[in-house]
Amino acid sequence: MTLLRLIDLEVRYGAIRALQDVNVDVSEGEIVALLGANGAGKTTTLRTISGLARPVKGSVQFAGREIHRLPPHEVVGLGIGHAPEGRRIFPQMSVLENLEMGAYRRRGDLHQDTERVYSLFPVLKQRRRQDGGTLSGGEQQMLAIGRALMSAPRLLLLDEPSMGLAPLVVETIFSIISEIRKTGTTILLVEQNAAQALALADRAYVLENGRVVMADKARTLLNNERVRAAYLGEGAA
Amino acid sequence: MTLSGAAASTLPGAQAPPQGPVTGQPRLSWLRRLMGSEDARRLLSCVLGLLVLAVMTGPEGSASAPLSGFTGSLFHLRALVFIGLGFVLWAVITLRRRFGERARQASDWVSSAPRRLVTNRQARYGIYLALLAFAVVYPMVLSQFWQNVLVDQIGIYVLLALGLNVVVGYAGLLDLGYIAFYALGAYSAAYWTGALAVHPPITLNPFWAIPLAILAAMLAGVVLGAPTLRLRGDYLAIVTLGFGEIIQIVATNLQGVTGGASGPASVIPHFSVHVLGVHYRWGLADLPYYYLLLGFVVIVLVVFHSLENSRVGRAWTAIREDEIAAESAGINVLKYKVLAFSIGASTSGFAGMLWASQVGYIDSTLFTVQLSILVLVLVIFGGMGSLPGAVVGAAVLQWFPWFLRVHPLFGFQQQDLFIYLGALLIVMMIFRPEGLLPSRRRKREIGLAEHGIGTADAMSEPGGEP
Ligand SMILES: Nc1ncnc2c1ncn2[C@@H]1O[C@H](COP(=O)(O)OP(=O)(O)O)[C@@H](O)[C@H]1O
Ligand SMILES: [Mg+2]
Repeated sequence: MTLLRLIDLEVRYGAIRALQDVNVDVSEGEIVALLGANGAGKTTTLRTISGLARPVKGSVQFAGREIHRLPPHEVVGLGIGHAPEGRRIFPQMSVLENLEMGAYRRRGDLHQDTERVYSLFPVLKQRRRQDGGTLSGGEQQMLAIGRALMSAPRLLLLDEPSMGLAPLVVETIFSIISEIRKTGTTILLVEQNAAQALALADRAYVLENGRVVMADKARTLLNNERVRAAYLGEGAA
Repeated sequence: MTLSGAAASTLPGAQAPPQGPVTGQPRLSWLRRLMGSEDARRLLSCVLGLLVLAVMTGPEGSASAPLSGFTGSLFHLRALVFIGLGFVLWAVITLRRRFGERARQASDWVSSAPRRLVTNRQARYGIYLALLAFAVVYPMVLSQFWQNVLVDQIGIYVLLALGLNVVVGYAGLLDLGYIAFYALGAYSAAYWTGALAVHPPITLNPFWAIPLAILAAMLAGVVLGAPTLRLRGDYLAIVTLGFGEIIQIVATNLQGVTGGASGPASVIPHFSVHVLGVHYRWGLADLPYYYLLLGFVVIVLVVFHSLENSRVGRAWTAIREDEIAAESAGINVLKYKVLAFSIGASTSGFAGMLWASQVGYIDSTLFTVQLSILVLVLVIFGGMGSLPGAVVGAAVLQWFPWFLRVHPLFGFQQQDLFIYLGALLIVMMIFRPEGLLPSRRRKREIGLAEHGIGTADAMSEPGGEP
């Protein structure tokens, strides 16, 4: 079943056209990767889904419902969690407070949810009283993902979770992402790190200058000449 | 102006003024060597800064002797005092840089002493009660002059600072037109009590005008805030600045209604209650007004304290730290910003209405932008986001000029108040940027920002493409 559908999306920042005719489908339970160079429009796509940016054309449908006119806090309420680019944790709140903010719209006991996040990221439990700003880059990324999970999302949007992290830490984060999928959460993953994203994803879209230029099974793209040349650092640069 | 230039150069680590054309003049090489030393440059900046302050606050020149303001300031004992202060400032900055870490630890140790000593709740409430008892009893022994200062200058401004603290301290919104709401409250009081030339449908006792004045200010806050707060950051500062000006100009020009710069013809009546056989009138005496104000301040303190620690308070903290992240976390950012803004506005309106009814007279010249800035200074000085900070900051800063008026140390003149306030803020940014009694979180925010983690400044947008 299709959980998320982007139809003919066009998004502008003033005169700059960041997205044009973007069509993306994400089915329940999938990991879908969104690849592309810097400035291709990946972040804009995620921001449009979560209501932080408004399309001038096209629509965003989530679970059969149009959501592109809703404000971000309502989109979160419908079940879309967003771990934004650059992590954006609350640096002066403790790890636990950060997680609690992620569940801001939900009331009642959060104990089970925090425990679920802690079991995915045991290091966050150790550091739960520490200020977010004092965590390492990898731990901050984990906190950002954990905070997005606290809204109990059906769809998780991850914007470059590997950005600026050491290879070993990236490894850990990617393996946790596949753990998260096993719990039934659908994932739309934005990455510049194409090799690792394609290894993890079921399907992928490639964006160039705000347009989708390729869309296929991850395995197929991994063997595609153009993808290998442009995004996997092989052949002529 | 000159003050900011001179003051900026007194900041530690700031560059000294460019050296003169001394190259190739061996006679002056000692000067060059001296100015090559950071300590010497800093000393020069401190002393020059204080000298500029001495001139700016000294006697004025006249048409016949235009330079007399200058010479009268410099060739006077007072200049020596200021030079001495410059040396003291330099010494403290230098020592602090040398023993910085230890000095910081020591000052933290002192400022956290109450928190360490009073760990349990009961003791804390005991202290609050003792402070309250002091606030109740002490004014009784004060002279009439000081009782008046306590109401007009301290009490009202404590209330104002508490309200602005919600806007600036909790939600991180820069409101530069805060006094406009104070004016709205004051004019509402005048309107509903029938003091304006335009009469209300029913004339009310000031007590019953309180909710209406608060409502007017709150509505203005929502109407102004809802569209503006959608925009990011600095727009609010600009729009509120403009709003403050507009309100004052309208109040001046609507002469037929407000009385303009000369004020309404009739007096705004004092408070009185007539309920269940109890009749009481607040008259000309200050003490009854003081207690009324004290009661309101305590109520406001309790309400704001519980707000700070509620879901609402946590949302404000998140918005202050990272608006986009707060939005992504599911917080209705606009709603909470408008809430903070209109809570501030209504507190300001409330203060305005209390003050109008106590003084009995208002006019449009009273609601200047300077007054908005003053309240902002009170909040920054006390420590943004801290209730004790807002109270103590406002009380100390409002009391001290009156103390200096009675005991004119260093030739203090009231007209120079803002120059001194500016100097005070600069010194404070060097030694205690978090304010007198900062909230624990704000202190951490500023500490982290100094180490380059996150932003203490909620107006700027953190993050972005690395
Ligand atoms: N806030 C903004 N204002 C103006 N232009 C922007 C803004 N954000 C992104 N853009 C532009 O939109 C295009 C897509 O950006 P983005 O979605 O961030 O790309 P990616 O995430 O793939 O690097 C780029 O050309 C970028 O310069
Ligand atoms: Mg991006």
